[in-house]
Amino acid sequence: MNRVLVRKLSSNVCETKILRRTCSTDVTHKVSTSGSNESFAKKNSTDDGPQHDIAIVGGGMVGIALAASLASKPLTKHLNVAIIDNNPLLGRKNIIEKGNPPDPRVSTVTPATISFLKDTGAWKYIEEQRHAYFDKMQVWDYSGLGYTRYNANDVHQDVLGCVVENKVLQSSQLSCVQESDLQKTIYPARLNAMDMLPSSSLTGLGEVPSTTDLFMRGRLAKLELSDGNSVYAKLVVGADGSKSQVRELAGIKTTGWNYSQNAIICTVEHTVENYTAWQRFLPNGPIALLPIGDKFSNIVWTMDPKEASDRKSMNEADFIKAVNDALDSGYGPHPETTSSRDSLSWLTGNVTISTKERFKTPPKVVRLSSERMMFPLSLRHAKDYVSKRVALVGDSAHTVHPLAGQGVNLGFADACALSKAIAEGIALGTDIGEANLLKRYEAERKPANMAMMAVLDGIQKMYSVDFGPLNALRAAAFHGAHYISPLKKRIISYASGEQALPLFS
Amino acid sequence: MLFSKPMNQLQRLLLSARRVSSSPITPPPSCLLHKRLFSTSDTDASAASLPSSHQTVQTLESKASNKSRNTSSTTSLNQDELAKFSAIADTWWHSEGPFKPLHLMNPTRLAFIRSTLCRHFSKDPSSARPFEGLRFIDVGCGGGLLSEPLARMGATVTGVDAVDKNVKIARLHADMDPVTSTIEYQCTTAEKLVDEGRTFDAVLALEVIEHVANPAEFCKSLSALTIPNGATLLSTINRSMRAYASAIVAAEYILRWLPKGTHQWSSFLTPEEVTMLLQRASIDVKEMAGFVFNPITGRWLLSDDISVNFIAYGTKRSDLGDI
Repeated sequence: MNRVLVRKLSSNVCETKILRRTCSTDVTHKVSTSGSNESFAKKNSTDDGPQHDIAIVGGGMVGIALAASLASKPLTKHLNVAIIDNNPLLGRKNIIEKGNPPDPRVSTVTPATISFLKDTGAWKYIEEQRHAYFDKMQVWDYSGLGYTRYNANDVHQDVLGCVVENKVLQSSQLSCVQESDLQKTIYPARLNAMDMLPSSSLTGLGEVPSTTDLFMRGRLAKLELSDGNSVYAKLVVGADGSKSQVRELAGIKTTGWNYSQNAIICTVEHTVENYTAWQRFLPNGPIALLPIGDKFSNIVWTMDPKEASDRKSMNEADFIKAVNDALDSGYGPHPETTSSRDSLSWLTGNVTISTKERFKTPPKVVRLSSERMMFPLSLRHAKDYVSKRVALVGDSAHTVHPLAGQGVNLGFADACALSKAIAEGIALGTDIGEANLLKRYEAERKPANMAMMAVLDGIQKMYSVDFGPLNALRAAAFHGAHYISPLKKRIISYASGEQALPLFS
Repeated sequence: MLFSKPMNQLQRLLLSARRVSSSPITPPPSCLLHKRLFSTSDTDASAASLPSSHQTVQTLESKASNKSRNTSSTTSLNQDELAKFSAIADTWWHSEGPFKPLHLMNPTRLAFIRSTLCRHFSKDPSSARPFEGLRFIDVGCGGGLLSEPLARMGATVTGVDAVDKNVKIARLHADMDPVTSTIEYQCTTAEKLVDEGRTFDAVLALEVIEHVANPAEFCKSLSALTIPNGATLLSTINRSMRAYASAIVAAEYILRWLPKGTHQWSSFLTPEEVTMLLQRASIDVKEMAGFVFNPITGRWLLSDDISVNFIAYGTKRSDLGDI
């Protein structure tokens, strides 16, 4: 992360620039419904760029979630939103063929995220596509000393989470946005530069100041795009991922480190249905098996970079064997299922259903159904989430280890909190780019995100060392989480997103 | 002489209603609780000749320590006071400056104002600009902390303040956003506007009445500015022991939030007095709420506790009899 702060990036090769320009004239369209009365003239104005209330840079899951959340609230659905992302698929009617095997890029959404997606109206679209609820989880490690089983019934819920492909999450939110009254424009381009000037008075500008005047007097931020267009907005939201351009241009510093681990993800198939999420911590990193539905599962296998490139390139049969080995008896024995100690039932309190469940082996993988993708893992946290007229959501603000499936859920919680802050600000007559409003969003999300990052980082470090006493400590932790029901309930409730902070809420 | 006659409060109220209300220049002694409510012209024979329209309403929204005074005869004391406020007038919009308590309280009182006025005018509270087409006046607007959010909520806002510097600052700041640049600011008093015959759908006078020479007359002016069945909102500090402890001792001496002498405890009004004054001015108080400060979170909250800061919402009786 030694990127130097640059105001303008070097532009792309000429051909691609021309390609983008033609792309932009074809694809850039104002998607509006009968409610809005936007005209195309505004977009094509020559000296002034178009003016928006909010510019969301990055049209991924979290960026579109923010737009969908704004569209679903009565106080904010009149806003004018621009989405800047050069993904050519964005904005077109995404037809996801149901026959294909699932994409390896999936996310586990927690119950808290599910209720957020229900509020924005996207969940009904997700349910039409492939998705897999799971209500059981088993976590153990290679030492064979302990295991923990979780069950949704422990906390009187039906599900622990749901596994959905990322493209389904994105397209369903986009459908929500497109059907709403929100005035939105999609700009298929990259962000090159961003400018903001200090506030000054508008006296002498006449009745309706032009966009350029407003920018010169500090009321708007100016975004220069790679296709040559300029966009003006009162608030810029950086939802552009861990290598966030917006964060760089706003000069927000980050801290963090790279884990010396890469993750391999792929889709695999079983002969039986799988309704449980499995995670086994191996000496080099955890392997997770998540159900996606229709007897498919998703594998997320974290290991050191050399092993990762080996496993990525080895042939399919060997890879499947390695996976089965890793999930089963490779690296160490199965933990024994100890019968629940009735003598200690007074200590453990109301015993949960999962306490009595025996250790099970995961279903065997029979086929690899997708290519193996590999990416490096790191931890990164932005020092500030907000700056003048800028807010960061999702991975641009925080990147975490995938070991607990929390990453995108934190991002969705950010989107929910930011749209709530914007709605409250509008209710109280505040300018949406104002510092107080943005600081309220930061104060809500930063502590929660940092707490989660600390927990995940702690777990990652605890499981990366193979050392006798530490193994025994981990076994004790497994046993504790498995048998001590109040602790288990708290863990489930924190991982489900019902609690924002691990300790005090 | 003045204090030899023990009258009860109601009698004094009735008495003051008939009196010319001009005020002595020197600040009233703080032990005289009733004096401010019914400033009489007995003591000041020369003042009696002044018509009531010259009463100065010190409409500073800041917790400025401006005692009752007369615009037509300013002394060096008042020049000093004016200069003091002019000096900090630049800091109106600094959210960490001397007006920080007001900035912190602003969202809370805006929440109350928004919900009561939406109900009063039967507007949709989930609309972004519910007050479109309504004319509001912010009496004692100061730097425009209240006027600007109201303008963003769609209202046509007029802001008045007796301190010229405040009005200038308010104008400059409002001009920074096209939405708020439509606010009309004037350096004038409520009485002058009444003389001009202006009326408004809603009249707001927040944190003003504790700085006013004659609260009864002030309430009458507010009422005259309100159309029949219009809304009036008034907020001030209660004259209670708790308020003495928090708004004066704690705020001015211990925490140093406000300059010493910003408030005079004797100038505070109890909710009952406010209700009575407004009632005599044909305004029926419908709702009252309090603001409570939580020192841990650093936020103000709306509550039923009116023992320190409180806000009253009333409606003007229509001319066609009782409502």
